[in-house]
Amino acid sequence: MATLNIVQAVNQALHHEMEQDENVILLGEDIGQKGGVFGCTEGLWQKFGANRVLNTPLAEAGIVGTAIGMALYGLRPVPEIQFMDFIYPAFDQIVSEAAKLRYRSGGEYQVPMVIRTPYGGGIKGGHYHSQSSEAYFCHTPGLKVVVPSTPADSKGLLISAIRDDDPVLFLEPKKIYRALKGEVPEGEFTVELGKANVAKPGKDISLIAWGAMVPVCLEAAKQCEAQKVDVEVIDLRTLVPLDVEAILASVAKTGRVVVVYEAPKTGGFGAEISALIAERAIEYLEAPIMRVAGFDTPFPYSLENVYIPDALRVMQAIKQVLHF
Amino acid sequence: MQQPIVQYLDANSKMHGDANKVGLAQKDHRTIFTLMLKVRLFEERCMKLQRQGRIGFYIGAYGQEASHIASAYAFRKQDWIFPSYRELGVMLLRGISMQEIVNQIYGNSEDHTQGAQMPCHHSFRKANFVSISSPIATQIPQAVGMAMAAKYKGDKVIAGVYLGDGGTSEGDFHVAMNFAGVYQAPVVFIVENNQWAISCPAHEQTASDGFAIKAKAYGFEGLRVDGNDVLAVYEATKRAVEKARQGKGPTLIENVTYRLFSHSSSDDASRYQNKQEYEQALKCEPLIRYRNYLQEQGIWNEAWEKEISEDFKKEVDVAIKTAEKQPRPDPSTLFTHVYATSNPLLEEQQRLLQEELKERESWEEEGAFPL
Ligand SMILES: Cc1ncc(C[n+]2csc(CCOP(=O)(O)OP(=O)(O)O)c2C)c(N)n1
Ligand SMILES: [Mg+2]
Repeated sequence: MATLNIVQAVNQALHHEMEQDENVILLGEDIGQKGGVFGCTEGLWQKFGANRVLNTPLAEAGIVGTAIGMALYGLRPVPEIQFMDFIYPAFDQIVSEAAKLRYRSGGEYQVPMVIRTPYGGGIKGGHYHSQSSEAYFCHTPGLKVVVPSTPADSKGLLISAIRDDDPVLFLEPKKIYRALKGEVPEGEFTVELGKANVAKPGKDISLIAWGAMVPVCLEAAKQCEAQKVDVEVIDLRTLVPLDVEAILASVAKTGRVVVVYEAPKTGGFGAEISALIAERAIEYLEAPIMRVAGFDTPFPYSLENVYIPDALRVMQAIKQVLHF
Repeated sequence: MQQPIVQYLDANSKMHGDANKVGLAQKDHRTIFTLMLKVRLFEERCMKLQRQGRIGFYIGAYGQEASHIASAYAFRKQDWIFPSYRELGVMLLRGISMQEIVNQIYGNSEDHTQGAQMPCHHSFRKANFVSISSPIATQIPQAVGMAMAAKYKGDKVIAGVYLGDGGTSEGDFHVAMNFAGVYQAPVVFIVENNQWAISCPAHEQTASDGFAIKAKAYGFEGLRVDGNDVLAVYEATKRAVEKARQGKGPTLIENVTYRLFSHSSSDDASRYQNKQEYEQALKCEPLIRYRNYLQEQGIWNEAWEKEISEDFKKEVDVAIKTAEKQPRPDPSTLFTHVYATSNPLLEEQQRLLQEELKERESWEEEGAFPL
């Protein structure tokens, strides 16, 4: 096994799938010679040519709309949106079209497409290079939403997503693109969609998170260890479809929950998880479910560190839940 | 047939037209040249600051000084500008100080937007310079709407909107063009065709013969202009501005220029750019061309430029030093200007943050967060 970062793992998954299946093609802004603004598509244009790696004009609606057409015709396109903040010109194509085509055609048509896009803060990118807008998309029946937090999962989940017959939004945590390294199996390697991972087992309290907030929770768990609090960290990995069983099993074990996400708190996907636990596992709860999330403000440039939840903010919530 | 190009001064500063037709007096030339020089000097400095880690990011106008400054010079100050992000000279022309610019780039507590956005994303209402947005092309329909509103109110105010060659591929560009044509909005579209949208060359951005021609399909005039020629840019824009002000509808101007730096401080153009093409472009750059012309006209001399440069460098030094002394914005500013009036949930979040920040200080003293 090689030690890779997330950028390299994504790159390896793309190489692997393009070698396996000539129906896999990539399209996006600056993904050609430049290899993507974060380097995720490095070497692919050189290896597979401009016919399979389309360095497109600057138009997200064009990128996703044409990818849908390609998918309808049997290709497995993997469009890249340069930053999740720039996905909105394609919003209509994603939520009204890609997500609905199977349903509205009675299953005649399908859109096996994976939209890859970096999301979240942590690079001093200001409002428009930092947002976490997964909630809009999780609210879209017909669309799957995947958010890896480790290099191995990035590879395994991306390969599964490409082979999946439904449209998948694949959110890459840009904050830890290069900062986080880990062992990644070589060659064929998949991670099943819809399965959460117990990133750290524990018995006192459950932290539920995804993407770049997973390492923040692991850091909080580590700091709690010194104070004899045994924290469990659940990495959801896939938001839609959601691994309800894994969430409920953890809650049944610990009876205490903090959901951690980077997006604005109100209406965020953490609210859905909280509601689900309240509906199905209230008898296990020893304390209210807490959410640690971004503020209900636009994502700031100068105050980025104040905005993004960190281990201390998570620990503050742990404290409140423990002492309820 | 190739779209013709408006040009007065060629790359060798040879005059091909009638300078009288341009209508720039000596003092105008001095102003424009000074602004171009200042933008050039300031941006060189900013790239250094970025390399030194003193600012987080910079994106500039290297090579596009004539394109944006000479065009902006054709508008009146009451006209609204909807900028892209390479138009520093427009703000300076409209009286914004270096200190204001530098404070925004540092995102410090003196920045009037309190570090809301990345460097170079300015907003100056007092200069009729509308807040810059990162999402490409979003400003274009807004400019058309503002122009429609001015027309509705009977004001003799028009809109000028800047965008890049890449921006013409977005849907927002096309809907804006269509509305402008249908409603005969008093707007001038200025496409700065710098040949690149990050790594995508202009000839891969569109299959049409450049960008000016796109106006034709929307029912109005498009002009292709040598964007490195101050006289051509000014004269063409002036025509479009007057036309708009007389209620004769929109114009699209394509300023053919060249991006002489990587896309921004985050990019490395050597990965995708042909070196010879770049060197060729460097020979056509606007500042030298204009300087030679002004020298010939007896308007420029070395001592004059030296004096402007030295004074300006001092001004910039002071602005940077002053900006670096300011703290970052107060955390409470995170919550201001989200809505016209706040709401209870937001106020609660603000209060809880304040308590947390106070508590953090004591945790830091104790070395560990007590559970
Ligand atoms: C909607 C959207 N998509 C992608 C981006 C990322 N991006 C920033 S600048 C840029 C290229 C813009 O090219 P152009 O319009 O030619 O302007 P230039 O930078 O050359 O001035 C891209 C793709 C963005 N900011 N907004
Ligand atoms: Mg461009």
